[in-house]
Amino acid sequence: MNFTLRVWRQNGPAEPGRFEEYPALDIPADASFLEMLDIVNEGLIHKGVEPVQFDHDCREGICGTCSLTIDGVPHGPGRGTTCQLYMRKFQDRDVITIEPFRAAPFPVVRDLAVDRRAFDRIIQSGGFISERTGSAPDANATPIPKPTADFAMDAAACIGCAACAAACPNSSAMLFVSAKIGHLGLLPQGIAEKNRRVLNLVRTMDEEGFGNCSNYYACEAVCPAGIPASFIARMNREYTAASVKEAIGATL
Amino acid sequence: MSLDPKIPAGPLDQKWTHFKNHAKLISPANKRKFKILIVGSGLAGGAAAATLGEQGFNIECFCYQDSPRRAHSIAAQGGINAAKNYQNDGDSVYRLFYDTIKGGDFRSREANVYRLAEVSTSIIDQCVAQGVPFAREYGGLLANRSFGGAQVSRTFYARGQTGQQLLLGTYQALSAQVAAGSVKMFPRTEMLDLVLVDGHAKGIVVRDMVTGEIRSHAGDAVLLCTGGYGNVFYLSTNAKGCNVSATYRAYKRGALFANPCYTQIHPTCIPVSGEYQSKLTLMSESLRNDGRVWAPKRKEDAGKLPQEIPEEARDYFLERKYPSYGNLAPRDISSRSAKEACDEGRGVGPGGLGVYLDFADSINRLTRPVIEERYSNLFEMYENITGENAYERPMRIYPAVHYTMGGLWVDYNLMSNIPGLHVLGEANFSDHGANRLGASALMQGLADGYFVIPYTIGEYLSTQFGKPRPQTTDAAFQQTEREVRGRVQQLLDIKGSRTVDSFHRELGLLIWDKCGMARDRAGLESAIQRIPQLREEFWKTVSVLGKGETFNQSLEKAGRVADFLEFGELMCRDALDREESCGGHFRTEYQTPDGEAVRDDANYHFVSAWRHEGDNVPPTRLKEPLAYEHVKLATRSYK
Ligand SMILES: Cc1cc2nc3c(=O)[nH]c(=O)nc-3n(C[C@H](O)[C@H](O)[C@H](O)COP(=O)(O)OP(=O)(O)OC[C@H]3O[C@@H](n4cnc5c(N)ncnc54)[C@H](O)[C@@H]3O)c2cc1C
Ligand code: FES
Repeated sequence: MNFTLRVWRQNGPAEPGRFEEYPALDIPADASFLEMLDIVNEGLIHKGVEPVQFDHDCREGICGTCSLTIDGVPHGPGRGTTCQLYMRKFQDRDVITIEPFRAAPFPVVRDLAVDRRAFDRIIQSGGFISERTGSAPDANATPIPKPTADFAMDAAACIGCAACAAACPNSSAMLFVSAKIGHLGLLPQGIAEKNRRVLNLVRTMDEEGFGNCSNYYACEAVCPAGIPASFIARMNREYTAASVKEAIGATL
Repeated sequence: MSLDPKIPAGPLDQKWTHFKNHAKLISPANKRKFKILIVGSGLAGGAAAATLGEQGFNIECFCYQDSPRRAHSIAAQGGINAAKNYQNDGDSVYRLFYDTIKGGDFRSREANVYRLAEVSTSIIDQCVAQGVPFAREYGGLLANRSFGGAQVSRTFYARGQTGQQLLLGTYQALSAQVAAGSVKMFPRTEMLDLVLVDGHAKGIVVRDMVTGEIRSHAGDAVLLCTGGYGNVFYLSTNAKGCNVSATYRAYKRGALFANPCYTQIHPTCIPVSGEYQSKLTLMSESLRNDGRVWAPKRKEDAGKLPQEIPEEARDYFLERKYPSYGNLAPRDISSRSAKEACDEGRGVGPGGLGVYLDFADSINRLTRPVIEERYSNLFEMYENITGENAYERPMRIYPAVHYTMGGLWVDYNLMSNIPGLHVLGEANFSDHGANRLGASALMQGLADGYFVIPYTIGEYLSTQFGKPRPQTTDAAFQQTEREVRGRVQQLLDIKGSRTVDSFHRELGLLIWDKCGMARDRAGLESAIQRIPQLREEFWKTVSVLGKGETFNQSLEKAGRVADFLEFGELMCRDALDREESCGGHFRTEYQTPDGEAVRDDANYHFVSAWRHEGDNVPPTRLKEPLAYEHVKLATRSYK
C-alpha cells in the first residue's frame, strides 16, 4: 500500500512546529501503524533526514506510551492504541495526518512525543491506598463480591495514555481521574481514604491546567481500555459528597 | 576469585527466618543518611523504591520511559504464582519451591528459590491491600488458574492484565513515596554507566533523554532493576526499549554476568508475518489451560485449512509426549516440541512456522461466554494482529524469545560481586535456573523488591556507617562521565550509511539461528566469529543522525545496540562452554534418542559467572558450584 504522510515536526518544546510531507511506499497491509513509521524512518535516515521521533514501547497496547493523533483523532481510527492500529484499516493512497497528543498540560518534547508527567503528579496527589509493606492481612480475609471486583477492574484497566485528555475539546482529564477514583473507591481497601482522595485528585487535575467536563464524551470514544464515561458521574457524586463533608468540617 | 553466595546456615526452611532474626538493622535516624540509587521502576525497582522509601531511606529512582508506570512489567498477561493453597489442592511452600527448582532443570540456587516460595504468600496479601483487583470467585474469594510445570492451581490473575495491575499497585505505592518526598523519580533518564569508587558501586552516569545532558548521581548503594536482555534477538516479546545496557555496563566495570545463555523461548506467540516486523506478541500461557496444541500428523496436510483436517489426522503432540502435564508442559519443552513439528514440515501458516492452539473442545465443554470471560482481551488482540477469529478457527502460534534467566551474578543478599551493587528482578540470575516457570517472574520481581532487599541491603549499608558519600565532582565520576561522553560523541561522528535497526536485525537473526532454541558447537563458533565483524562494521558504518543535546531516539537505540553487539558474543561463549542440555539451553549434541535434553550433573552442576577481561579479549568463566542440600538431582520428567 502507498500513503502520503503529513507529519508534525518540532525540534523542541520552545521551537515552532510545522507539517512535513513524506511518502510511505510499499507498506504491507499487515504492518502496524508504528511499523509503517519505522519503514518511513529507515527511508529518511538513508536520505540524511533525521527520523520522526515518536513515543512507543510495548507495541502491544498495554503500556500506554504510544500517543499519536491520526487524522485528528487520538490513536486514530479503531478503538485500540496507536501501536495496535494496522495499515489494513486504511485505504491505499490515503493522505494521513499525524500529530502529537494535543493538550496544554502536555508540552511537546520533540516531533510527536509529549510530556505527560502531569498524569503522574495527579496520581502522586492521592491516587493510591496507603499501606505499609508487610503489614497486610491475609488476602482472603476480606471477600470482595465478584461483580465489585470486576467493576473495579473495569476502571483499573486504564493504561494512562492520555488519549482522553487529548480528545477532549476542553482538555479535560476527567476520564483518567475518575477511573482511578472508581478503581480504588470501589474496593473495601480503598474506602478509608476515599474522600481525601477525590478532593486531592480533582484539585491537582485543575491545578495542572486540565479543563472541565462538558459531556462531549470524546474521551470515552477514544479510550483504548474502554473505560466508560459513567465513571465520571460516579466521581462527581463522590466529589460533591466529600466537598460537603469538608465544608461542614467533618473528618475526611 | 572465589564466589561466596553467602547462604545462611541452617535447614533450608529456616534459613530466611534465621537470616531475618539476625540481619543487621539500621536505625531510622541512620536510614535518612543513606541515599540509594535505584535504576528501573518495574516490579522489582518500583517495589524496592517504594519500600525502602517508606522505611526512611533517600531514594533516587530512574527509568527510560516517560513514566514509571510504563515499565515492561506492565505487559505481563497471565498471572503470578503464590503458595497460598487457597484451592486446597495440595500446594505448599515446599511444592512451589520444588516445582521451581525442577522447572529450572536443577540449575538454580536452592536457598534463594526456597525464600522466593516462602515470601510468595505475602506478595498476594500486599497486592490485595494495595487495591490490585485480582480475579475472584462468586463467593468473593480469590480465584486461581494453572500454569505450566505445575499440577496445582496457584496462579493469581487479573484478567489478561496481571502485570499491569501489579505494576500499577507498585507505581501507586511509589507515587505515595514521591509525594512524601522520600523518592525522587527521574523518568526519561537512561543509565549509561556505573561509577566505582575504591571498588564500591557509588554512583551512575545517566543521560537525560529530553535534553541530552550527561550527568552523574552519587549514592551509598546502587540497585539495578533493569529487566531482561531478550531484545538481543531483535524480535522478542519484550518492549522495544528493553536493553542490556545497564547490566552490561556494570559487567564491563567488573560485575560478573551469570548464565547469559539461559534464555526462554515462549511456546505461544503470534508467528512472524513479515520482514518489517518490529516485535512479537505473546499469547499468554494461561491459554494452555483451555487450548489444545496440535499440528497435522502428515506433512501433506500442513497447507490445508484446520477444519479440513479430521481429528484422526491431528497430532496433539504435547498430550501425546507428556501425558501427565499435557498442554501444560513447561515452556522449554513445549517450544522445542513445536519447533520439531515445524522442522518436520508439519508447521502451519506462512512459511510453515506455526502450530495450532485450538479452543474448540473448551468452547463445546464450557460455552463461548466462559472462554470470553477468561481470555477475551487475548482473542481480540490476536484478531487485531492477524485478522483471524480464534473462536472460530484455532490460533496459530510459534515460539518466541520471551525472558532471560541469565543476569548479573548475585549472592543471597542480592548483591553482586561489586560491593554496593545489588541486582533485582529479571536483571539478576538467581531464581529460575535454566528455565523459568510461567507466572514466576512477577513473583520474583515483587519478592526481591518488597520482601528481600529491604532486609538484605542492611548487610552492605551497615558496613558504610560514617563513610562520607562520594561527590559527583570526584575524579572517579568525572572520569566515567568523560568516557560516556566520548562514546556518545563517537556514535554521532561515524556518520555512516547503515541504520541502527538493520544492524540490530542482523544480530538478532544470527543469535536466533545459532543461539536460539537449539544450539551446537559449529553454529556457536561461527557466531563467535561473525559477531566481532558485525561490531566492527557497526562502529565504521552506522548512521546516527542529529545531535547529542536533544531528544534523539536513534542515538538511544545506537547505544543499546552497541552493547547487544558485545553481549551477543558473551551469550554464545557461554552456550559453547556449557556442554550439556538443560532447560532453555538445548545443545543438539546432548539429547536422548527421542529428543529430550541430557544434563551433565557431574560436570556442569554450577553457575557460570563471566568476568570481563577487556575489549575484544575473551572473558573468564568462574564457577559457583550448586551445592544442593535438600533436593535430589533427578532427570526432569513431565511424561
Ligand atoms: C509479554 C510478556 C508477558 C509476560 N507475562 C508474565 C506473566 O504472566 N507472569 C510472569 O510471572 N511473568 C511474565 N513475564 C515476565 C515478567 O513480566 C518480567 O520478567 C518482569 O516483569 C520483569 O520485571 P523487572 O522489574 O525485573 O523489569 P522491568 O519491568 O522490565 O523493568 C525494567 C525497568 O528498568 C528500566 N531500565 C532498563 N534499562 C534502563 C537503563 N539503561 N537506564 C534506566 N532505566 C532502565 C526501565 O525503564 C524499567 O523501569 C512476561 C513478560 C513479557 C515480555
Ligand atoms: S506502545 Fe505500549 S501501548 Fe502502544
